[in-house]
Amino acid sequence: MILPLVQPAIKAAVNHLNFYYGSVQALTRVNLVIAEKHVTALIGPSGCGKTTYLRCLNRMHDLYPGNRYEGEILLHPEKINILSPTVDPIEVRMRVSMVFQKPNPFPKSIYENVAYGLRIRGIGKRAILDDKVEQALRNAALWDEAKDRLHDTAFTLSGGQQQRLCIARALATDPEILLFDEPTSALDPTATARIEELVTDLKAKVTIVIVTHNMQQAARVSDFTAFMYLGQVVEFDKTDKIFTNPSNQLTEEYITGRFG
Amino acid sequence: MLTGSLALTALIVSLALNGGPRLSWQFLTSYPSRFPEQAGILTAWVGTTLVMFVTALSAVPLGVGAAVYLEEYAPKNWITDLIEINIANLAGVPSIVYGLMALGVFVYQFHLGHSILTAGLTLALLILPMVIISTREAIRSVPDSIREAAYALGATKWQMVKDHVVPYSTGGILTGLIIALSRAIGESAPLITIGALSFIAFLPHPPWQSQFPYVSFQWLMDPFTVMPIQMFNWISRPQEDFHLNAAAAGLVLMGMTLAMNGLAIYIRFRFRKRIRW
Repeated sequence: MILPLVQPAIKAAVNHLNFYYGSVQALTRVNLVIAEKHVTALIGPSGCGKTTYLRCLNRMHDLYPGNRYEGEILLHPEKINILSPTVDPIEVRMRVSMVFQKPNPFPKSIYENVAYGLRIRGIGKRAILDDKVEQALRNAALWDEAKDRLHDTAFTLSGGQQQRLCIARALATDPEILLFDEPTSALDPTATARIEELVTDLKAKVTIVIVTHNMQQAARVSDFTAFMYLGQVVEFDKTDKIFTNPSNQLTEEYITGRFG
Repeated sequence: MLTGSLALTALIVSLALNGGPRLSWQFLTSYPSRFPEQAGILTAWVGTTLVMFVTALSAVPLGVGAAVYLEEYAPKNWITDLIEINIANLAGVPSIVYGLMALGVFVYQFHLGHSILTAGLTLALLILPMVIISTREAIRSVPDSIREAAYALGATKWQMVKDHVVPYSTGGILTGLIIALSRAIGESAPLITIGALSFIAFLPHPPWQSQFPYVSFQWLMDPFTVMPIQMFNWISRPQEDFHLNAAAAGLVLMGMTLAMNGLAIYIRFRFRKRIRW
């Protein structure tokens, strides 16, 4: 597979990643580079390994027994292999945050949801928390709607607002990479548009990797796109190139809707 | 179900008809006596309250701890399967067997005496399986998406458990605990086995004192009686009037149980309203 020439700085390099759920191999020899402060989209039909791959980036698979990684993911600038058994997954998750498919706010107040990541990092000073919470909510475009009810439970928010709250929660701790796992699949078109807008705005601050079922979404928000199929990366290139002039037959068939 | 509620109603009506006239402030604040009209249940309800307090205080940390361990920490293998089966079986062991074990362990081995402490620990063992099972149920109802959300922010397992799993299952844990306690409150067999008195004309030491450190634990080692044993004592006497006392005590015990169940329903309702997934 030929990697495109990536001019922007590299945030993470994935080399020969194999992943196994028990004895089932879910990812085969995945190679990818993730460009710093750009949006990388992962597309492909259901079961192709997009989400599996995404969850390797913050070692989410460590939570369940029987999962196994091979290969390496080098996190720049210091190029540590975050898959190495000597690296604590907690450390990885401190730097690589995640937004899930369905909004999953904690049954706490809006404020406490955003502050939680800071609290577990030992930040308890009210002034700092207030400041960081406001900043995170502003970055997630939720401040105006939430500022008057920060202490209401998060369930009083609508689905789209809840998802933005989850984004704010992930942003509050200043992660280096933000992972999105189909963040709009449970939302209506208006809420989806707001999240997409947000993703585009956020790439100035943070490196983003987004898994999406929706090809138009990948085309709208991403700078680079990887097309995955059966646990392998079939093609990885600039988004424009993938959607206008893919070099692989399979990619072309997928993006033109002939399968998947 | 209809039969059940009919039976319950009949029971309450018959208790109320017999015991109702005996219920008075004097009945609640008097020591037992050999004159039925002067006898009261003061020692019995104080004993019951103190025993329940010890039971709750020892069953909660053990039961919740065990449940959290089994659900969140323990690997899933044949040993934990075995433990699980054992817990389910323990819930069905007759209570008198717990009494015999407590007599051997707490009274003869640890020399805790025929005391409130022994009784509380015995009943704690009795309800422990129920507390563990209901706590596990409550913990299991916390969705994995919440666990993953906490982990994704960099929480350790312990932080995830103490900040999320346990607080969100508090409603279920409390409900299970209260239901278990309302079973324990009516137990007499294991307490008779460990040597609870059936006639006692003095109260345990008060849990407070006038000098430093102001709290006293002397009461833990005091002899005691509880409501069902008091009832049993009265019902086994030949005088008809004592039987009325027993009915009145039964009414009070019934009221305590129903109040606890009501509290459980209220707590469940409150927490359900606050947390929905």
